[in-house]
Amino acid sequence: MAERLFTSVIWLSTALVVAMLLWILGDLAYQGMPHLSLNFLLSEPMSAGRSGGIGPILVSTLLIIAVTLLSALPLGLAAAIWLAEFTNRGSAVGNGVRLCLDVLAGIPSIVFGLFGNAFFSIFLGLGFSILSGGLTLACMILPVFIRTCEIGVSSVNDAWRKGAAALGMTRSAAVWHILLPAASPAIVAGLILGIGRATAETAALIFTSGYVDRMPGSLLDSGRALAVHIYDLSMNVTGGDPAAHASALVLLVLIMLLNLLAQGLSDRWLQRRLSV
Amino acid sequence: MSKRNSLFQWNLDRLVVPPLAVAALICVAILLLVLAFLVYEASPVLVDGGWRVFLSDTGWYPLEGLFGLIPMLWASLVLMLGAVIIAAPIGLACAIFIKFYAPASLNKVFRLILSLLAGMPSVVLGLWGLTELVPLIAKWQPPGASLFAAILVLALMVLPTVALTSASALSAVREDLLAGAAALGIGRKAQVLGLVLPAARYGIWSGILLAMARAIGETMVVLMVAGNVVQYPHGLFEPVRALTANIALEMAYATDNHRAGLFASGLMLTLIVLVLAWAASRIVGRNQHG
Amino acid sequence: MKGGLLILLATLSTVLLQPLHAADNRLVLTGSSTVAPLALEIGKRFEQQNPGTRIDVQTGGSSRGINDVRTGLANIGMVSRALKVSETDLTAHTIALDGIGIILHRSNPIEALSDGQIKAIYTGQIRNWHEVGGQDRPITVVNKAEGRSTLELFLQYFTLKSSQIKARVVIGDNQQGIKTVSGNFGAIGYVSIGTAEFEEQQGGAIKRLPMAGVEASIDQVRSGRFPLVRPLNLVVKGRASKLSQRFIDFAHSPEVHDIVEAQFFVPMEP
Repeated sequence: MAERLFTSVIWLSTALVVAMLLWILGDLAYQGMPHLSLNFLLSEPMSAGRSGGIGPILVSTLLIIAVTLLSALPLGLAAAIWLAEFTNRGSAVGNGVRLCLDVLAGIPSIVFGLFGNAFFSIFLGLGFSILSGGLTLACMILPVFIRTCEIGVSSVNDAWRKGAAALGMTRSAAVWHILLPAASPAIVAGLILGIGRATAETAALIFTSGYVDRMPGSLLDSGRALAVHIYDLSMNVTGGDPAAHASALVLLVLIMLLNLLAQGLSDRWLQRRLSV
Repeated sequence: MSKRNSLFQWNLDRLVVPPLAVAALICVAILLLVLAFLVYEASPVLVDGGWRVFLSDTGWYPLEGLFGLIPMLWASLVLMLGAVIIAAPIGLACAIFIKFYAPASLNKVFRLILSLLAGMPSVVLGLWGLTELVPLIAKWQPPGASLFAAILVLALMVLPTVALTSASALSAVREDLLAGAAALGIGRKAQVLGLVLPAARYGIWSGILLAMARAIGETMVVLMVAGNVVQYPHGLFEPVRALTANIALEMAYATDNHRAGLFASGLMLTLIVLVLAWAASRIVGRNQHG
Repeated sequence: MKGGLLILLATLSTVLLQPLHAADNRLVLTGSSTVAPLALEIGKRFEQQNPGTRIDVQTGGSSRGINDVRTGLANIGMVSRALKVSETDLTAHTIALDGIGIILHRSNPIEALSDGQIKAIYTGQIRNWHEVGGQDRPITVVNKAEGRSTLELFLQYFTLKSSQIKARVVIGDNQQGIKTVSGNFGAIGYVSIGTAEFEEQQGGAIKRLPMAGVEASIDQVRSGRFPLVRPLNLVVKGRASKLSQRFIDFAHSPEVHDIVEAQFFVPMEP
């Protein structure tokens, strides 16, 4: 009996989450679908975004995400590996780093925006730019990404480490050839959470990559991210609701595609080497 | 198993480890930079005990020189706790579902749904909250934009964090433990509650902590659905203003001391997260190898 | 393969890191998010008519606009209010007018409120709609956040202090106000008239109230009869550069009146 109760609680919770998502998606689709078209995806915004499309904005968004992932991934993985494999359990340094990451995770996004503006845009002289926005976002997603990867790597069965040692492999080789591939599901989870955070950010990007909705010519140009565009259309521009909802739908599809890509890449590169 | 033993080969490992350590230290450096920035910008009100006004002033009316922010601090804390109290159990249930109860086909679909929710921009969630949830609540208990609305939307927002990190943690539990339990005839519920959850508790608590940090740092959602009235959170359906929403609302128009005050409130939030993180690390205990 | 990838990355980064245009063909505007969409569209038309120029518009609020112009981070600041006494080192050029009007939920039977009644509602002395002849329903007062020029104008007109207002919901941008009132039968708020007029035409769940007997419409703002009006300004410090001056003149000209009206503001008569 208790078994059945438990099972139904689990299924109910899941159903609740699905229902909420369907509600949100339904609302978006209802208001946004009429506004969607191929033209919408490719052309430039006109009349403050109410007509025309989101072409340049999509390009800016993709560039920002690229900068974020290219800077956060290597840095984050390296830090996670160090924490998981090369610090002693309970070491002060390791714990100190973990504490720093937890604190970073709790800093409000608007503070990151102001920080990014002061550090990347003004101090480093990048100005309002895609680079500035991407680097700021990288700072924001590092905590989640590192934590998830760390858990993944350190949870790998100890027997594998011992096996690697028995084979005479160096620690680094063990990490590269065995632990990372084995931890790939966790790494992907971290990536997905990171991508999600990066695409969803508004407050941080307004002050760093900016408001300009022109097609960016370089990483040093200002470019409007899709989330910023959605915010402006729904909160600031009169009559921008249909375009806002359509843009939100596009953003969700983009997120899905990125997640599938992350999953696919991990399956190909990492899992394949684990042909056990 | 000690990590610094005879496996620490002299050639390759010696070359590889320092860059890794540098990577970790860069993360620390970033945090220090952000903190330095906050302190610098907040300094006008922090020196000479100017910060005392934050605790003693009645009401937040910066244009009239009143900077009492305790009500907003309480609001931020209550919002965070409320969101996590709802999101943690449900998120955990979702993770258990993915790992133990879902048929293979549903598994992938549900993971997709969770990652969609994870990637939902806060502005979209906030917009949905403002146009769909708040009017519903308003019909029942005006004004609608309230603590309740914000807790619900925040919970929805941090739920994927708990679910996905917990799912990773659950997957990492040793298969042979589960096999052993099954062989002993232990039912699924007991397996999960008695065996898997404790084994995965480090990962699960990490997820919950990340969710708490995300909830207290969230700006857009609370800005749109919490009502933004500066008062103590004395009722579930009363409007409240979180410290983050306050920064967002007023930063654009704040000058001098008002602006410094806003940065000081950002600093306060960071300190709270610091305390939370430290406390959590004390409670949960150290990481376990699989 | 790996070597080729590296070379590709190197070339890409040198290409992608070249900023497009030289600084003297470029204007940076920062400031009010109310003015930003307007400035953006005017900027686009200016770029079309003056090839080779770039007008970059960023937001951040009216105070940011003022600060950035003072420190030189921006060429022109966008400010959605008149300049204050402490800001006489700057010059303001008004490019449009924006009226502020009271809105109620569409289903609210009230057709008009006197200034005294509005004041009493906002200070919490009148709490229920039936006290002013409406339904038996609590009033949800929607107010703007501190420091916003709309709030300051409102306080000025009704001779109130910010601490006297007893609000139930505080909002940031205009659209948040509209969406809040649309979702609440007993709500009262104040927003830009142009926006409200548009929403009403689109079938939105709000309606405008006249102020002091004058209908809250764009026409009445244009005719000067509507009492609550704010200027949308482009501000510069000292003498504007040639490009800045050309842009400001362009923003004043009749050529952009259609853009101003498309954003539901009232263009300035030359």
